[in-house]
Amino acid sequence: MEVAIVALPLLGALIAGFGNRRIGDLAAQWITSGLLLLTCIFAWVVFCDVTFGNHPRTIQLFTWFDSGTFKANWALRMDQLTAVMLVVVTTVSAMVHVYSIGYMHHDKSVPRFMAYLSLFTFCMLMLVTADNFMQMFFGWEGVGLSSYLLIGFWFDRPSANAAAIKAFVVNRVGDFGFALGIMGVFMVFGSVDFNTVFAATPGQVGHSFHFLSWNVDILTTLCLLLFIGAMGKSAQLGLHTWLPDAMEGPTPVSALIHAATMVTAGVFMVCRLSPMFEYAPIARDIVAIVGASTCFFAATIGLTQFDIKRVIAYSTCSQLGYMFFAAGVGAYGAAMFHLFTHAFFKALLFLGSGSVIHAMSGEQDMRKMGGIYKLIPITYVLMWIGNLALAGIPFFAGFYSKDSILESAFASGSVVGHYAFWLGIAAAFMTAFYSWRLLFMTFHGKPRCDHETLHHVHESPWIMLVPLFVLAAGAIFAGWAFVHYFVGDQAHAFFGNAIVYAADNDILARAEEVPEWVKLLPLVMGVLGIALAYVAYIQKPGLAGSIAKAFGGIYTFVFRKWMFDELYDRIFVRASKALGFGLWKGGDGAVIDGCGPDGIASATVAIARRASKLQTGYVYHYAFAMLIGVVLLVSWYLIGAKL
Amino acid sequence: MIVQTIAFYVFAVVAILSATLVVANRNPVYSVLFLVLTFFNAAGLFVLLGAEFLAMMLVVVYVGAVAVLFLFVVMMLDINFVELRQGFVRYMPIGLIVGLVLVAELIFVLGSGAVAPVLGQAIAMPTPPLDQMGNTQALGTILYTHYFYLFQSAGLILLVAMIGAIVLTHREREGVKRQKIANQVARGRESVAVVKVQSGSGV
Amino acid sequence: MEIGLGHYLTVAAVLFTLGVFGIFLNRKNVIIILMSVELLLLAVNLNLVAFSHFLGDMVGQVFTMLILTVAAAEAAIGLAILVVYFRNRGSIAVEDINVMKG
Repeated sequence: MEVAIVALPLLGALIAGFGNRRIGDLAAQWITSGLLLLTCIFAWVVFCDVTFGNHPRTIQLFTWFDSGTFKANWALRMDQLTAVMLVVVTTVSAMVHVYSIGYMHHDKSVPRFMAYLSLFTFCMLMLVTADNFMQMFFGWEGVGLSSYLLIGFWFDRPSANAAAIKAFVVNRVGDFGFALGIMGVFMVFGSVDFNTVFAATPGQVGHSFHFLSWNVDILTTLCLLLFIGAMGKSAQLGLHTWLPDAMEGPTPVSALIHAATMVTAGVFMVCRLSPMFEYAPIARDIVAIVGASTCFFAATIGLTQFDIKRVIAYSTCSQLGYMFFAAGVGAYGAAMFHLFTHAFFKALLFLGSGSVIHAMSGEQDMRKMGGIYKLIPITYVLMWIGNLALAGIPFFAGFYSKDSILESAFASGSVVGHYAFWLGIAAAFMTAFYSWRLLFMTFHGKPRCDHETLHHVHESPWIMLVPLFVLAAGAIFAGWAFVHYFVGDQAHAFFGNAIVYAADNDILARAEEVPEWVKLLPLVMGVLGIALAYVAYIQKPGLAGSIAKAFGGIYTFVFRKWMFDELYDRIFVRASKALGFGLWKGGDGAVIDGCGPDGIASATVAIARRASKLQTGYVYHYAFAMLIGVVLLVSWYLIGAKL
Repeated sequence: MIVQTIAFYVFAVVAILSATLVVANRNPVYSVLFLVLTFFNAAGLFVLLGAEFLAMMLVVVYVGAVAVLFLFVVMMLDINFVELRQGFVRYMPIGLIVGLVLVAELIFVLGSGAVAPVLGQAIAMPTPPLDQMGNTQALGTILYTHYFYLFQSAGLILLVAMIGAIVLTHREREGVKRQKIANQVARGRESVAVVKVQSGSGV
Repeated sequence: MEIGLGHYLTVAAVLFTLGVFGIFLNRKNVIIILMSVELLLLAVNLNLVAFSHFLGDMVGQVFTMLILTVAAAEAAIGLAILVVYFRNRGSIAVEDINVMKG
């Protein structure tokens, strides 16, 4: 059954991918969705068995590398951490597949889309079931590839192509760090197998590399390199620029990849490597700082964006920051919990916004929406559920996970922890604000779209709504049902050896004992955010505009995404393009082509042209040539023979 | 001996000088005439070498036939006095150098007059001594016997050349009356009619 | 001074070179080329006869006769071609004969 979980999506991808037009749209959709629903059921069964039944296992498949001392096998590691991820990935993926049947109904390349979705799912599952670094890297790269294919799905749009390339290249930068980390791990530990590395980690504490006259701590370096990979994949500050542009892809793609699964691969990796991170406190601090900064930074940008999908994308970026700083302070369980709940409500929000876009005939700009809540009531309610979960309102899923993260940050007691805590609080406020801003601008007020579009506003078909219901159920109940298992008293029993807490890491217990005000502050922030949004967008509609004008400079800075794109463009993009252009024209064109094919061809032509000048047509010239030949021959015999 | 030496030098120098003038002269008729002079002097050299038949052959065939033919053609084509064209001066240095190299090498090799000793034993047709038979007779003795086939094929070559020259230059001229023998022979009685004609009235 | 084989051969060499000069140094007309060819053949004949005399072998003279024959035939044909060419082109200036220019 475990093998089936991984193999069925691959099978679906192969059938739909190679079948393409031969099997037709309907067959592709139903085969892939059906296989994924089956996979989802298997995943839940395995989850219950592994976690509640406390039965983690590893299934060896076959050998991959066996070269000298470098050995890596294909193996499916089914421990508790993996089981959680399996459930998340397969559930959201199955829902997205079913939703896509409706959303992509009119597209001209449906089988290709379904094949890519299933391919992505397969790669993600390989990533989470990896038993060694190489297999994880395979899954890592595979999801990057699938992301590229899916973002650029509508390849006739130049903006989509550019966004796909941007996503891939920025991911690549992260992957480079990851690869260096893996190489470092092999160099230090002599193996890339997780069990071997984790067992040997305590022995490397305090040891250092000697690098260019510095002594760098081994574990810190390795963890940081591996974290760079996570930064790229999870769009943390510095390597985040690809995530908003990734919204060029179809909405189901955004829901699956950029909300629930691929971007959470980074968080998963940090938690999977908890045995290593627990022994590298400096690395963990850096993880926390980066996570907290991302959280705050993305939330500020989310306040100003007008594209409905972009707001949700920045929200994702911000929530990922939460997960990372939770891991950074040592509360891996909290990080995984937030990953779990976030997957449900973020996917719900994305798919819900997809319904809105579908209803508005493709319009994505919130400034052109408004006043449609009576026309699409189900979508409206579902979006409310998602936002309530996001903002951390009690009883909804987000409340439990977000609160546990903030409490852990406070309880850590370190400077980094408090830095993270206050940024997290500010971000919670902003999260609530922009979420309700989205709701009010999209659904309330006077309609700002044209009459034609308004006339077409309609509720989505059932095929699109049923997955939303399933996800809404998750968004409501996932927190309340699982809080004890992730962060509560049964956390250690639940996760077993999958997540390793250092002997002195009792942060989850201390999080329970923080002062009351700490426990209430996130809720207060959330409510304040909602209230302010109500004031700004319902009561006094012009308020937001006038504040934006008053703080013109700051507003523009935030609106332009803190000028990161411009900065990167100036530093990296222009330089790379210039280098590429130079190498192309100068290197490839002038040197290689010039000395190679073109050079030889033009030299041949030039020589032939000069040689043809010998054919003057005058016989006496030819006779002269013969004479010269005779003279040379005679000279050769006279003089050459003597030498 | 002294006569031979002087004769040799006179003939040699004049031959070379007139050969130069053949090439260098502007007037084509003069060139042909200098060619004739060259042949005469070469014939003289042949006589000095004891090949008097060949010398006469040279005069009769070359001068009498070939050079005259040249003159015919020159006259017929009515070639003008052509000025030395520009190209001559430009090409002269390299041509001169190559030619000088050639003549230097030839003289270097041949001028020594060294003959491989083995050649002395490999004589095909020894020259009979002069008191036995003259040059002409000696030539005839071997030409019509040992080298008969060559002789005949030389005749064939001449035949082909004659036919070739006629074929090449033959022109169909309009309005030339020629005999059509076949028509003449095929004329029968009916081509002639006897008509009684009144004197003074015409046909 | 004894006139030896070398002297005759030298004369022949010079005549040969002059003939060669005539072929490629002349710009005037084609007849000069034909005459230069005659000079070449003359030089060769001189060579053969000189060897025939100094080696005492009659074959040289026989060969010379045959060369003479061929030279006459060749001169006739060459002139015939020249005449026809002149009829067609109207000029026998060497510089104008470059139809084979590649």
